[in-house]
Amino acid sequence: MHKFLKASTAALALAVAATGATADGHGLSGDLRIISDMSNPAPRAVMEKMAADFGALHPDLNVELEIVDREAWKTQIRNALSANPPDVVNWYAATRMTPYVDAGLFMDISDLWAEPEFEALSSTKGAMTLNDAQWGVPYTYYQWGVYYRKDIFAELGLSEPKTWEEELANCQAILDSGRKCYTIGSKFLWTAGGWFDYINSRTNGYDFHIQLANGEVEWTDDRVRQTFANWRQLIDMGAFIDDHQSYSWQEALPFMVDGEAAAYLMGNFSVAAFREGGLTDDQLDFYQFPTINADVANAEDAPTDTFHIASGAQNVDAAKEFLRFVTSADVQSEINSGDALGQLPVNANATISDDKFIQEGFEMLSNNASGGIMQFFDRDFPAEMASVGMEGLQEFMVFPDNLDDILARLEDARQRIYK
Amino acid sequence: MADIASTTTPSRSWYKRNEIALTPWLFLLPGILFFALYVIIPIFQSFWISFHEWDGLGEKTWVGTAHYERLLGGDRKFQVSFWNNIKWLFLYLLAIPAGLFIALLLNQTVRGIRLYKSLFFFPFVISQVVVGLVFSWFYLPNDGLFDVMTGWFGIDIKGGVLGNPNTATYGIIAAGLWPQTAYCMILYLTGLNAVDPEQVEAARLDGAKGHKMLWYVILPQLKPATFIAFVVTIIGALRSFDFIAVMTNGGPFGSTRVLSFYMFEESLSEFGFRMGYGAAIAVVLFFIMLFFIAYFLYSMYRDEKGAR
Repeated sequence: MHKFLKASTAALALAVAATGATADGHGLSGDLRIISDMSNPAPRAVMEKMAADFGALHPDLNVELEIVDREAWKTQIRNALSANPPDVVNWYAATRMTPYVDAGLFMDISDLWAEPEFEALSSTKGAMTLNDAQWGVPYTYYQWGVYYRKDIFAELGLSEPKTWEEELANCQAILDSGRKCYTIGSKFLWTAGGWFDYINSRTNGYDFHIQLANGEVEWTDDRVRQTFANWRQLIDMGAFIDDHQSYSWQEALPFMVDGEAAAYLMGNFSVAAFREGGLTDDQLDFYQFPTINADVANAEDAPTDTFHIASGAQNVDAAKEFLRFVTSADVQSEINSGDALGQLPVNANATISDDKFIQEGFEMLSNNASGGIMQFFDRDFPAEMASVGMEGLQEFMVFPDNLDDILARLEDARQRIYK
Repeated sequence: MADIASTTTPSRSWYKRNEIALTPWLFLLPGILFFALYVIIPIFQSFWISFHEWDGLGEKTWVGTAHYERLLGGDRKFQVSFWNNIKWLFLYLLAIPAGLFIALLLNQTVRGIRLYKSLFFFPFVISQVVVGLVFSWFYLPNDGLFDVMTGWFGIDIKGGVLGNPNTATYGIIAAGLWPQTAYCMILYLTGLNAVDPEQVEAARLDGAKGHKMLWYVILPQLKPATFIAFVVTIIGALRSFDFIAVMTNGGPFGSTRVLSFYMFEESLSEFGFRMGYGAAIAVVLFFIMLFFIAYFLYSMYRDEKGAR
């Protein structure tokens, strides 16, 4: 084992050097089967290049890459892992891993995390930990926050809000100018989950939010009600676009591109869509979700995408080597750069792309998210709670008067789900 | 040896003697086998799974009738789905008179009638997913054609047809009726071909015309077509899955769910994999369908007996 560790450290050093010098003696051979869900065009190119580069480093190894549609993978992963499992698969961090960890389909790779190189990944270790063991490695993450039309803010003489009062005042000014403050498309529910994550963690703090996710707090708790009361201030003002329950998140984009709405609470992946829609960097900017309760530290949504080794993997050595390769500083810098994934690298030694949104996001997550990192509503809450919950959140956004009924329903679900 | 054989079996083998009785079963055997394998056995497996808690991966845990108690004892999603199913069942039947009306309209000899017929049949040919997508654009709030049209009459549906929990299910049913009407129309068109011209002639001599002719002479002869239209429409209504998945995905806030969609959500969707509960819903849906199918089989049986 020690010898193997040494060999792989050498391999890592090679990877870091990232040159064509592949004449090395360590013996990775056989097949490495990877199933990836990076099916969108840019991620797909990244994944294909990553597999090819890894194959070039290990000439005796035959890397078989299969790319599955990202949405389809969410339901296919079960079959893929249980019958004829591949060596490496993509998935998501935090509670989303639970079913596979509990069913023994993911391999415990705590030994990998004990290696010194993985110190550089320590910020994401918590999200990869279940039952005191680590079950995968992250390869990218991205910040959430408010993307807004800088030109509209300038026209109205507004600045980025830091507090909830400023936020409400800004929003009133935007509404007075005949626009909506926020666009959102809640047809597929999860966008409402983002709003809840932020308002709840800003009102009650990260710890409370995670307790709620773990089913330790009642949904009818007064602190939860306070979250909804804060949210309702915006809803009652008419801050959100009308009929948002009919739109997907993409269908809600034109409202902001056309200037009918001033801002969008979204993940950083939306920047590409804004730019495609014709917004320039002079029009588009980003700010951190404002503070609501000054007593709690800011927590941020930063969903992490991951690689895992299937417990039925045939070529464990190669699979572990691949995870080392993916998380190495050099590969991290490369795959997360602006012209590749355009997201944040998980390795602290990697270089951050000079894209302004990635820079701002990195700055925010490093210095201004001391409360904690949330993985997002549908990854922190167990699946059934997430689906019932997001449906309630959508209903609340359309009919805020139904709140008591919604909370009673969620509480009912909580008592049933967490046993 | 050959002598013994020839003495014990006189001239014909056992199979030869029972050929008439056996052959039909031999022909049926592959069908029965596969029907059992893919339909009958899975039905009982569903029953079995519905008594367990199972995530599709790990071990099954026996929970007895707990799922049914939760389902029938006030699961709100189930109630919404059930009533939506009832709405579907009744409103979907509108496809039958509508189909008959169009069939009567098209059943004449005019230049280019074949073209008109195929145009009317067109919605049934295109995929339900496409129909659903087209209708969801049609219903879009603000820009959708339907919203513009209701705007002429000063009606504004809050949230758009599909975004308003009071109208969404009806909006989807209307979309479903479009292809279903075409289906019923084609059934009636073929039925009308088989109407006996002599009877029509005789009725005409007796002075029957207009709706009396339709009601007393034509419709009774269309009874087989009506029966089939009824069956396919009921089954179509209970299977109404594609439209809901495409147009609203069960939303807004679950108000357009039907049982089949709820079953899918619980057992197979992204946040699902509660196989036991999904199976329990499937079992309930199975009995609802069984009720209708038994009724049809019974009435078919009665008709056949009456015909003899």
